[in-house]
Amino acid sequence: MNAWIPLYVVIPLASAFIMAILGRLVKNMGKVILLIELLFLTCLTLVFILNSKGTLSYNVGGFPDVGDIPIAIYMVMDGLTKLLLLIISAVGFITALFSISYTREYTAERKFYILFSLMIAGMNGMVISGDIFNIYVFLEIAAISSYILVAFGVEKHQLEASFKYQVLGCLASLLILLAIGFIYWGTGTLNIADISRQLPYSANFIKFVSLLFLVGFGLKAAIFPFHSWLPDAHSSAPSPISAMLSGVLIKAIGLYVIFRLFFNMFALNADIAMTILVLGTLSMIIGGLMAIGQWDMKRLLAYSSISQMGYVVMAVGIGMTIMVKDGSKTIAAFAFLGALLHLLNHSVFKSLLFLNAGAVEYSTGIRDMRKLGGLAEKMPITSKTSLIASLSISGIPPFNGFFSKLIIILAAVRAHYYWLAFLAVAVSVVTISYFMKFQKYIFYNKPGEYDNQIKEVPAPMSIAMVILALLCLMLSLMVIPSIRDQFIFPAVNVLIKNLQYSTAVLG
Amino acid sequence: MIPFILCLILFLIGLYGIITQKNLIKIIIGLAIMEYSVNLFLIMIGYIEGGTAPIFAEKFHLNNYVDPLPQAMILTAIVIGLATTALLLAMAIRLYRKYGTFDIRKINSLKG
Repeated sequence: MNAWIPLYVVIPLASAFIMAILGRLVKNMGKVILLIELLFLTCLTLVFILNSKGTLSYNVGGFPDVGDIPIAIYMVMDGLTKLLLLIISAVGFITALFSISYTREYTAERKFYILFSLMIAGMNGMVISGDIFNIYVFLEIAAISSYILVAFGVEKHQLEASFKYQVLGCLASLLILLAIGFIYWGTGTLNIADISRQLPYSANFIKFVSLLFLVGFGLKAAIFPFHSWLPDAHSSAPSPISAMLSGVLIKAIGLYVIFRLFFNMFALNADIAMTILVLGTLSMIIGGLMAIGQWDMKRLLAYSSISQMGYVVMAVGIGMTIMVKDGSKTIAAFAFLGALLHLLNHSVFKSLLFLNAGAVEYSTGIRDMRKLGGLAEKMPITSKTSLIASLSISGIPPFNGFFSKLIIILAAVRAHYYWLAFLAVAVSVVTISYFMKFQKYIFYNKPGEYDNQIKEVPAPMSIAMVILALLCLMLSLMVIPSIRDQFIFPAVNVLIKNLQYSTAVLG
Repeated sequence: MIPFILCLILFLIGLYGIITQKNLIKIIIGLAIMEYSVNLFLIMIGYIEGGTAPIFAEKFHLNNYVDPLPQAMILTAIVIGLATTALLLAMAIRLYRKYGTFDIRKINSLKG
């Protein structure tokens, strides 16, 4: 199966170029190619998850290692990678399905699909790369296409949000490049597995470089002090792109790399673990509190993304602090299980909520919740799916969000972080309150004044929302042991057995 | 040591520009300065005093050649930097057309 690994980068890149060259001749070619490409990648990822255990690696160019030193660029496929690839391609496919009717209003519709495909290529490349400089290159591919997609409607606020996003994004990329320079200076290699063998260098050097990486990727993942661009960019973007950015991009280019670098590349460090724990908790609380006061529905969802990502980072921080103190591995594994499950669940329900917001905006043209209302009867599918997503994100059983939040809270209790468990419950209550506001003002309040007749959205958009709503229910099955062992546990193992990464890749 | 300190100063000048300037174009210039300082830093990592070019020729000494890998990395980074700068400038021009100004204090349709 190793030879199939490069397809994750080759297919989206090649189809982007085919769309760009031939798309002018054949109408709707971009849409068809993008859908086929993402469906294929989803199936391929499922095959990978079901068939192969352990770590696969692919040697780009086929240069053999010289002695102990890896010369070629490595592509690595392990449990964590597979989970992220599944999120990218599955959510990408459903969002692309939604875009088919949504993008009709744009004059440069063709370019939307080219950029979408490039963004997929960047994220796939980043997740699959075993080489730190290639992570930077693919990061820029994904980031540059997302900058353009945020401003795709070229309206006032979109351009402004995109400019802000770009300035902070460029700053983050420069810090990451600087950190890569330091790593190369210290170790003389760029391969993550090889770097982890070359370290440990002096503790101060590692702390400095970790700090640079944490700020850089924290900016990309919008963790608390670095979150200021996210509400603007994610709320201004076209709705399918908001769904991709919030549901997938911040995880693939932000959190994933933080996990990979701090677990598999650096040795775990008590200060960094504490920093991650504190930042995660703060973004959980502040994102939640900021979301309550919002009246723009997409802005509310964007702040909620910061809060939910805070849950994930906090759970990972709990696991990290336990591992640093040589505590019980089972509790650490439990915390990581909660974090990764919440990562998966969040990508489903948050993209569904953004698609719902997009559907409402598509029908009414209004984003201010005070002017909306009474849409439950006029848009039944949108209303019901968004109710499912809201219940799910607020942690109401039997939806998926309940189980992942429960596991995170239980992990905090078992690790004796009682105040963190309390805060997680409190923020969960806050989440319920702002999603009640979301539901009430959009779907149930007295009807707003609309210029035109409100209709349910076209079929592709409804189908996309229904699929995601079903996934919200089906992902609850992830807590069943046999399914959990197949999908989530390989990813948890990557984090728990963090020192085995280099031997697994290089042998 | 002095080149590294100068490189750090260049980095800080760029950062200062991004933080304090109110003009979109000046912010972009600040980013460009920062980018050059990072590129310069990576080039200096591979540099050896009195080293030869990493080309296999007559005067090539195995223990005294400049590391070519940072140079290859910087070529990639320069191309990426070109793309981001071009995109930033294009956005700045579009913003100027919509708002009629480059001043970020007047470009404020987003809040909260």
